[in-house]
Amino acid sequence: MSQDVKDDDQLLLENLAKSEYKYGFFSDIEQEFAPKGLSEEIVRFISMKKKEPEFMLKWRLKAYHHWLTMKEPKWQKVNFPKIDYQDAYYYAAPVDKPGPKNLNEVDPDILSIYEKLGIPLNEQKKLQGIAVDAVLDSVSVATTFKDKLNEAGIIFCPISEAVHSHPELVEKYLGSVVPHTDNYFAALNSAVFSDGSFVYIPKGVRCPMELSTYFRINASNTGQFERTLIIAEEGSYVSYLEGCTAPMRDENQLHAAVVELIAHKNAEIKYSTVQNWYPGDKEGKGGIYNFVTKRGICEGANSKISWTQVETGSSITWKYPSCILKGDNSIGEFYSVAMTNNYQQADTGTKMIHIGKNTKSRIVSKGISAGFSENSYRGLVKITKNASKARNFSQCDSLLLGDKCGAHTFPYLEIQNQSATVEHEATTSKISEDIIFYLNQRGISTEDAVALIVNGYAKEVLNQLPMEFAVEAQKLLAISLEGSVG
Amino acid sequence: MALIEIKNLKANIYGNEILHGLNLTINPGEIHAIMGPNGSGKSTLASVLAGKEEFEVTEGTVTFEGHDLLDMSPEDRARAGVFLAFQYPVEIPGVSNANFLKTAINEIRKYRKQDPLDAMDFLQMMKERAKLVEIDSTFLSRSVNVGFSGGEKKKNEIFQMAMLEPKFAVLDETDSGLDIDAMKVVANGVNKLKTDDNAFLIITHYQRLLDYIIPDYVHVLSEGRIIKSGGKELAYELEERGYDWVKAEAIA
Ligand SMILES: Nc1ncnc2c1ncn2[C@@H]1O[C@H](COP(=O)(O)OP(=O)(O)OP(=O)(O)O)[C@@H](O)[C@H]1O
Ligand SMILES: [Mg+2]
Repeated sequence: MSQDVKDDDQLLLENLAKSEYKYGFFSDIEQEFAPKGLSEEIVRFISMKKKEPEFMLKWRLKAYHHWLTMKEPKWQKVNFPKIDYQDAYYYAAPVDKPGPKNLNEVDPDILSIYEKLGIPLNEQKKLQGIAVDAVLDSVSVATTFKDKLNEAGIIFCPISEAVHSHPELVEKYLGSVVPHTDNYFAALNSAVFSDGSFVYIPKGVRCPMELSTYFRINASNTGQFERTLIIAEEGSYVSYLEGCTAPMRDENQLHAAVVELIAHKNAEIKYSTVQNWYPGDKEGKGGIYNFVTKRGICEGANSKISWTQVETGSSITWKYPSCILKGDNSIGEFYSVAMTNNYQQADTGTKMIHIGKNTKSRIVSKGISAGFSENSYRGLVKITKNASKARNFSQCDSLLLGDKCGAHTFPYLEIQNQSATVEHEATTSKISEDIIFYLNQRGISTEDAVALIVNGYAKEVLNQLPMEFAVEAQKLLAISLEGSVG
Repeated sequence: MALIEIKNLKANIYGNEILHGLNLTINPGEIHAIMGPNGSGKSTLASVLAGKEEFEVTEGTVTFEGHDLLDMSPEDRARAGVFLAFQYPVEIPGVSNANFLKTAINEIRKYRKQDPLDAMDFLQMMKERAKLVEIDSTFLSRSVNVGFSGGEKKKNEIFQMAMLEPKFAVLDETDSGLDIDAMKVVANGVNKLKTDDNAFLIITHYQRLLDYIIPDYVHVLSEGRIIKSGGKELAYELEERGYDWVKAEAIA
């Protein structure tokens, strides 16, 4: 390779690293904090602030005491300085907001944050048929579309509200898929979670619109611990969208969410995420630690759970949306695009646990690495003894931009039933100069050429997203690649 | 005014000089053919004109419609109307022919200060031009060149040319590896696209193609120089006698 070309490559990479975080503004809204640090008192404080019933406090305390006995996991391929759990706030809420009844009651400052984010929290977007539950730091500020959903018997509300309005559902299902004993961060979340979404789709109901939540971390030094619980009763269907952003800060912020999905017989849940938390600056300073536990159970026969994620943000991502395929003929899917740049690290993948007969799973993972980033796919396909004729197909592709980044694939297989069919395909490719030149020769700039290739590469996953989100995700990938040539 | 004027062009790759002072002038409405032994520098000339960076130009000038072509980026050359049908077209996984061409056309239109083509017009144009080069419309939704046969890749180059309507197109051995019917299709494509305002430079090893695309001039490129030029009869002579006599003549 000639010197010129090398330099150009270098330039391309440097500019890639320069593309800046678009959502890095900080809003000055009055916040109420719990004192710094984590203790039994803090857990009690959170529960008290939320006026929770007794069973919730007990549940939190049990999780907290279990957490104390646990150690941070070390097996994932990410590096980060030790987190001081006593140096963070575990509760932050906008002051003086006793729970808005409708959009008109929401603080205009808060609405303007969402506007800056381009979040569809307004009348115009309402017409497009998306119900939005927005979570600012820890408290849900507005839930739209309630009436229409109510008519269908659908419950879509902040989980803090569901604790009061539907305690029997919360008590029955909370922690049933991800118990507090599951892992370090799940235990932490169970002890201190502040808010999140609750969705209940009654038997035979097809949710008439996409349900959507936007998460955003605003206050500094607050860990955000959302808790999302989605229950789809027999024969129901729901598509749920989650989008995340966070303002730019140079200290790291912890984000440890738990999402639980329960699909009963013949039910289907589609869960889509576009994650764009602040990834840190180009030297790797700041950014979100995104340590998330997402898991769904296909409880009944013929049920289906499909995870789709587009991950471009966070300095560290540690996330394995998984499916427990318990019902016979149930189906689990995982579609993922994970893009890392600069010093970002992502260790993400899925677990497909086949328990029922004729269960099927499909994994499509597309990693994109640039800069000095590290991008790992880690997946487990487990076929248990009784899961006769189970089938899995996994496709794990890696795309490298430049030669200082890394891509790794860790597929684990545990097969206890010989009638299973398991297929795994993996590829690693680089965007070659010949391809770039070919596109240049057709009038396409290098920057657009890279975007075209990346979007083409991620297409199979982007196609899984609802239309409006797919467009957004494409833009997000392009933004992350912006300024890629001088 | 000449469409493109190449003067005393010297170019090297990794310090190896390949073009040793090449001269060639092409006027609008002309078809030129370049023939020459393997390794003589034909593809190198094409790459230098298209702006491939590995090739370093050490001397000479290339003027395209009065502008210094060598000073332009590869994409700007393309937008200004220079097209290269590659000897070895690359495969681009995941990017559909249609999406790729739509992007390309709209970039070119933007450069020419035209509005982007709307989706319907684009589709219409694509179907029409696909017919011209007899490619199946299923190819349009497939990834660029992925899984295409050698001949299909070559046809796809001509299809792209038909879509982008360049002023100056270089066809680097587009006929190599084509069956006789496919070759006629390619020739037919060129003949239909030819106007009084554009020009073609056809690189080929075989006189046969020139039965279908009648060149105004035939040049022999040998060791980085054009050593003989003539009319279309020269191609027949080369086919019959090879290159040694031309080389001998050039030395004498
Ligand atoms: N990328 C490269 N690296 C090293 N040498 C090169 C490169 N490209 C071309 N060359 C050399 O330049 C010379 C001319 O090659 P070029 O491809 O221009 O020949 P050509 O006339 O097109 O031949 P052919 O008829 O075989 O296609 C050859 O000696 C070739 O080895
Ligand atoms: Mg050649």
